[in-house]
Amino acid sequence: MDDLIIAGEKFSSRLIMGTGGAPSLEVLDQALAASGTELTTVAMRRLDPGARGSVLDVLRKRDIKVLPNTAGCFTAGDAVLTARLAREALGTNWVKLEVIADERTLLPDPIETFDAAERLVADGFVVLPYIGDDPALARRLEQAGCAAVMPLGAPIGSGLGVRNPHNIELIVEAASVPVILDAGIGTASDAALAMELGCDAVLLATAVTRAQRPDLMAAAMKSAVVAGRLARQAGRIPRRRYAEASSPMTP
Amino acid sequence: MIVMINGAAHEVADGTTVAQAVRTLTATTTGVAVAVNDEVVTRSAWETTALRDSDRVEVLTAVQGG
Repeated sequence: MDDLIIAGEKFSSRLIMGTGGAPSLEVLDQALAASGTELTTVAMRRLDPGARGSVLDVLRKRDIKVLPNTAGCFTAGDAVLTARLAREALGTNWVKLEVIADERTLLPDPIETFDAAERLVADGFVVLPYIGDDPALARRLEQAGCAAVMPLGAPIGSGLGVRNPHNIELIVEAASVPVILDAGIGTASDAALAMELGCDAVLLATAVTRAQRPDLMAAAMKSAVVAGRLARQAGRIPRRRYAEASSPMTP
Repeated sequence: MIVMINGAAHEVADGTTVAQAVRTLTATTTGVAVAVNDEVVTRSAWETTALRDSDRVEVLTAVQGG
């Protein structure tokens, strides 16, 4: 499979993992290994003196690049501060920008996200914004200097798959930065579909970490992303209303 | 004076530094970042930055998420 390139950096895996929802660091470690991921998100939270083990140790041991997110932020100001703290704590200027509109839907707030994206790009960050499946916003964020766009397939943790494949295709058609399908993936066929639609990568967490066998689902997602990418590059046959014989009746 | 460290009030001596505030929570400094009153204090400035009464100190690290 061809490399994924984000902001000039190459990744041989097109599966980006999140780390939320795993019952333990051991289970997470096994799932990350099975997924083959090379880029994985973490959240920034108040330091808990009682916490044992760190997700950072798991990522470091596996040589997985850390992608801090701004999960939990509701305003551009909160997100910018969280990104700066992540840069200080983790020594990376990459950030998955996530500004949520409300607790019930966890849908991204487009106004706050765009505001934060402009400020973070100006501050030298490599910005990967999580957005709705909105082609106009995706284009505006690319023009603002974002390194990728990350439209959702469905709400975070819903497992509903890609609810609006047409909009994802429109985003892909217009984008000259990588399009990463983020959120909503429930099972392997969802990830394959996202790649068949032309997405450059898939980001998922819950579908793996809350599966009954996280390591097995991680392996399934790895295969699905590869299969979807290959199918996209192969070029699928057109859909037809009626049968077309594959064996000619006459010589 | 009283300062807030991760949302909890702490009585500390005048002249207490950011580095001392961090040490009330953890001995490690890697993977940790600090904001005082919503402004990042870089690690190189922890020892020399003194807190003032009512300062809000946030000490963050990476956790599972996203």
